[in-house]
Amino acid sequence: MMSQYISEQKIEELEMKANEARELLIEMLVEAGSGHTAGPLGMADIFTAMYFHVLKHNPAKPDWEERDRLILSNGHITPIRYVLMAMAGYFPVGELKTLRKLGTRLQGHPERERLSGVETTSGPLGSGLGQAAGYAFGARMDKKKFRIYCFMSDGEQDAGATWESVMFAGKYRLSNLTVVIDRNNIQIDGTTENVMPLEPLRAKYESFGWHVLEADGHNIEKFIDAVEEAKAIHEKPTLIIAHTIPGKGIHQIENDFKWHGIPPTAEQAKEFLHELRTLRGKIKSEHQ
Amino acid sequence: MINPEAKLISDINNPEMVPLRDGFGSGVFEAGEKDERVVVLCADLKESTRCDKFADKFSDRFLEMGVAEQNMALVASGLANYGKIPFIASYATFSPGRNNEQIRTNIALNNVSVKIAGHHAGVSVGPDGATHQALEDIALMRVLPNMVVIVPCDVIEARKATVAAASNGKPTYIRYGREKSPVITTENSPFEIGEALILREGKDVSIIGCGILLHNALLAAEELSKEGIECEVINCHTIKPIDEKTIIKSAKKTGCVVSVEEHQIAGGLGSAVAETLSRNYPVPQEYVGMQDRFGESGKAEELIEYFEMGKESIKNAARKAISRK
Repeated sequence: MMSQYISEQKIEELEMKANEARELLIEMLVEAGSGHTAGPLGMADIFTAMYFHVLKHNPAKPDWEERDRLILSNGHITPIRYVLMAMAGYFPVGELKTLRKLGTRLQGHPERERLSGVETTSGPLGSGLGQAAGYAFGARMDKKKFRIYCFMSDGEQDAGATWESVMFAGKYRLSNLTVVIDRNNIQIDGTTENVMPLEPLRAKYESFGWHVLEADGHNIEKFIDAVEEAKAIHEKPTLIIAHTIPGKGIHQIENDFKWHGIPPTAEQAKEFLHELRTLRGKIKSEHQ
Repeated sequence: MINPEAKLISDINNPEMVPLRDGFGSGVFEAGEKDERVVVLCADLKESTRCDKFADKFSDRFLEMGVAEQNMALVASGLANYGKIPFIASYATFSPGRNNEQIRTNIALNNVSVKIAGHHAGVSVGPDGATHQALEDIALMRVLPNMVVIVPCDVIEARKATVAAASNGKPTYIRYGREKSPVITTENSPFEIGEALILREGKDVSIIGCGILLHNALLAAEELSKEGIECEVINCHTIKPIDEKTIIKSAKKTGCVVSVEEHQIAGGLGSAVAETLSRNYPVPQEYVGMQDRFGESGKAEELIEYFEMGKESIKNAARKAISRK
């Protein structure tokens, strides 16, 4: 059944944009020489859906008061956010090559005061949800209509502070808050279920008073359906568990936790870009 | 002699005794009346931290957070980022102790206007013992860029500091004590964040203090005066940004310094004074404060004496500082 929220043609457009985002991501990571690869690739589809369909925002006016807020808790995947911000027009695409370099606005982990539009400073895990909940509480006090989105990793579900924030959002029934957990099952030291088992994750959130949805994080249509459903849930915050493949789009990286915190070498990047530009061999020549 | 500009109480030997935390209670209430952006978050210590009056009057602006200081700092960061003026209240051992990283990254680095009210600071917490006696909070907050750090000396100054912090637009830490302590200032005493106040003028030694021990400093100065030693006593309530001008000027006049604080001597007011003077006008300095020890149970006044922060200890430190000139 087709989505009632988005046309087939728009979905195809978004899929092409997500592929372009992955290319820009690989190029920027190679240039930076450090950073995370797997997580940002895995979230490319979702970030594309956010910046080109879901978010009410204005790249020319990043401080527009009525904008939706996207709080990125796991700041280490910020490269993919930077890519989508650049593609959306927040800053020139060429600036992506400054990632992690001295004087850049594109810090290794995002900083609010350096770059308008990132909404908050983040990186240390377990800290985004509380901030998003505070934002949501404040906005509700003033009867604001915008939504607050918070993206988290699955690894940061280990953090005690995360659960303090889960309790808080449940207690205050923050229905203007939609949280997306990037459920890619990896963290630095291995798979989440080996490092510190998280399951049953859905039941945990439900028991704290949340509405929980699950979606394939690479199916833009299904993800958007979930985001729209969340808007119709009252009296509860909504969690979307987005099942993603870390490193999605590049065979060699997919599902390999060793790619969590390293960038590709120049040699690898060449190969990866070829894979992306030929859409995995579906087309013969690179669409440069 | 007592600086008339300081407008202190008339009889320093007979002060009224009121806890500093009451000043937080009345200050945050006043701030809340003035500005509806003021919100208060409390970690299951509403009565103890004197949030109750605010919570009763402004129930829609009071957030009960439960025993969750890390989340309290995070939610406050989000509220401030949105445009509110949040005060977070707990004991200083937990906030800014337990939630230090959340304050560092999400309030100080993020540079959002959250007010951290650290209660039950110092050994004067008394019977609760070392676990609940914050002695490192000034140091923790002072090393954070963007953070303003204020240590009021009595309930009146505590109220003024709380009201002033509400409108300073910066991340701010304010330290409050639990037990009844001497009220030495009056409503007419000047208070500006960042401006140290000379309580007593003298030429032989500068006693630079903060918090409730300033009363002991004034008593020590009065007694030393009878020995012919004239102490300058400075209320350095703002540890950061520190009033370099007043401190340097006094050091030039007296040639030696005693720092007085109910805090570890490492990293607190004394360190801030030493950092200022060593770069500008180095003079001998003695440190009255906790000498790298934890506190323990006892009555407030007993503990102050036991840990050598009483009047006699300040007098001895003053004599020693003078002898090193």
